[in-house]
Amino acid sequence: MTDSSRDRELEALRAEVAAWRAHAARLPVRDDSDFTTVSDMEVEPVYSPLDLRPDLWDATRLPGEYPYTRGVHPTMYRGRLWTMRQFAGFGTAEDTNRRYKFLLSRGQTGLSVAFDFPTLMGYDSDHPRSEGEVGKCGVAISSLADMETLFDGIPLDRVSTSMTINGPAAMLFCFYVAAAERQGVSPAQLRGTIQNDILKEYMAQHAWIYPAEPALKVIVDMFEWAAEHTPQWNTISISGYHIREAGATAAQELAFTLANGFCYVQHGVERGLQVDQFAPRLSFFWDIHNDFFEEIAKLRAARRIWARHLRERFGAADPRSWKMRFHCQTAGVTLTAQQPHNNVVRVAYQALAAALGGTQSLHTNAFDETLALPTEESVRIALRTQQVLAYETGIANVADPLGGSYYVEALTDAMEREAEGLFAEIEAQGGVVTAIESGWFQRQIAHSSMRFQSEVEQQRRVIVGVNEFVEEAEAPIEILRVGDEAERAQHERLAALRARRDAARAEQSLEALRAAAAEGRNVMPAMLDCARAYCTLFEIRHVLEKIYGSYREPVFF
Amino acid sequence: MTAPEPRPRHLSRPIRVLVAKPGLDGHDRGAKVVAAALRDAGMEVVYTGLHQTPEMIASAAVQEDVDVVGLSILSGAHMTLFPRVRQLLEQHGRADVLVTGGGIIPREDMETLEAQGIGRLFGPGTPTTDLIDYIESWAATHIQD
Repeated sequence: MTDSSRDRELEALRAEVAAWRAHAARLPVRDDSDFTTVSDMEVEPVYSPLDLRPDLWDATRLPGEYPYTRGVHPTMYRGRLWTMRQFAGFGTAEDTNRRYKFLLSRGQTGLSVAFDFPTLMGYDSDHPRSEGEVGKCGVAISSLADMETLFDGIPLDRVSTSMTINGPAAMLFCFYVAAAERQGVSPAQLRGTIQNDILKEYMAQHAWIYPAEPALKVIVDMFEWAAEHTPQWNTISISGYHIREAGATAAQELAFTLANGFCYVQHGVERGLQVDQFAPRLSFFWDIHNDFFEEIAKLRAARRIWARHLRERFGAADPRSWKMRFHCQTAGVTLTAQQPHNNVVRVAYQALAAALGGTQSLHTNAFDETLALPTEESVRIALRTQQVLAYETGIANVADPLGGSYYVEALTDAMEREAEGLFAEIEAQGGVVTAIESGWFQRQIAHSSMRFQSEVEQQRRVIVGVNEFVEEAEAPIEILRVGDEAERAQHERLAALRARRDAARAEQSLEALRAAAAEGRNVMPAMLDCARAYCTLFEIRHVLEKIYGSYREPVFF
Repeated sequence: MTAPEPRPRHLSRPIRVLVAKPGLDGHDRGAKVVAAALRDAGMEVVYTGLHQTPEMIASAAVQEDVDVVGLSILSGAHMTLFPRVRQLLEQHGRADVLVTGGGIIPREDMETLEAQGIGRLFGPGTPTTDLIDYIESWAATHIQD
């Protein structure tokens, strides 16, 4: 097509769209929606070729090609389906080990460890602060001995494992590496991911121990150590999930998470690491909320922004550093306690968005998770939801099937623009760490959460079964109960461990760790020795806390 | 948030509420939304921040001389934490304080706790107006000027 004939066609299209808009503006519209996305982004009644950017081809290309808008692998799910990875953990290591074996026997393809709150905060099960919380929201792991039990009979060279742990991530990673050694599996064979994303803890999830700078120092220690010893392990999962769950919009989730990612890269580079030495092992984790197209656009924009910044800003030359690989989880915050079976449907739509957005792995929530930890039955339905999606719907046949959709491309661009605007605001706030310490991120997130709540209470947003289509009398459903047995059992196990272990060796290992931290050396080798000597989680936390200090949150509402 | 509607009130001072996050649970979205909604409804609200022990909460309640303590618990530790806070308030001579709250709490547990003298407990999806109405009607019969 010649330029002039193309111009004439564009002219005609503009006129046609303008006429359509004028006509559409006179048509009646429903009064039960304000036609914004869940994140309050205005959307048009229709999109056309006029909404595609002029450099569309450069911005999208084909899957597996920079900037990876359309996916990180050329053939996506034809080559390999996403990993179906259900986050699970409760009670003692023995209880959870049984759940893992159940999930593996039903066709799950990767493991994902949910730790209890004491473990997430670096407390042993018998610490006074752990009372009432042991094994309640996840599995209690206080030492290498518990980690050995957790993976008893599960060969660690054959599964990939994800561990959601942040404040004490280095400790739990050392327990895992040491547990593998006890199975005769070398660190180099280990595959999996440790969340290890402290910045979003300060922003949203709040399981922290140390202040930001020493916490970042230990994270870079892990990047450095893992590059040499566990080359197949993802050393961090930079997470938007918790930021979104705390109330952020999709664009805030996108921008804050990427800003955190850049902050980690910057810290690695400042240590003197080559960006291509550690960036290929950085992975991401996104929340998949209710607004179907907004979520898909968010995932496509995320890949494009990451690729561009890594290549152009940080000078990464290895394509593996440009490719954003990620896990997704359906949004827990969208589940309703009212008419809980409706959640199966919400989760299915969210799972579809994650797959159309090109995720590498997926957790689908169980429908009863607003009431308790899931039962075996509800977890099985959640897993089957993914299997139906993968095997029955045909969506895994074609890579990025929504690529080229006027709406999805326009929304992807809008997401990218909004994220770039937020990056500039974060810079103006003094960067990620300063804006955390001043509470800026936390206020932005709280503000969005309150706005959403008021929209729901004013009926501007319909939530089925909650503020519309309400059932008067609902029969309660069966839920999982986790009793206090885990706490008692853990007290006994820890007492026995302390009596049984080589006390002098434990003491010496902790002293060596203290010295490494005090002298600013990489703490990983000494911490791994502590794990091997059966030092407990809190003992390790405590040694480092004396040197690094404790984080204090800015309190506001 | 919308401007608070004027509400009939028998007190010459605002109702004082401590919103607290006990235990290790880091989920503060609900606590912050509730704290802001109660403030917008004209109450005087103090928020403790995260990771508070029952002792810290009880002593803050006494120090701030509150009428109501609202605990937000999404960690499953509610059967330990609610009674403990209540018991510590009694030990401080403040059995008159209403201990209420919400979170991920199974209905049976709510009933058990209410039978032990804990106030009404609220689950996910509760409109903030329900909490405001509950606290105001409790205050109408339990607090004098």
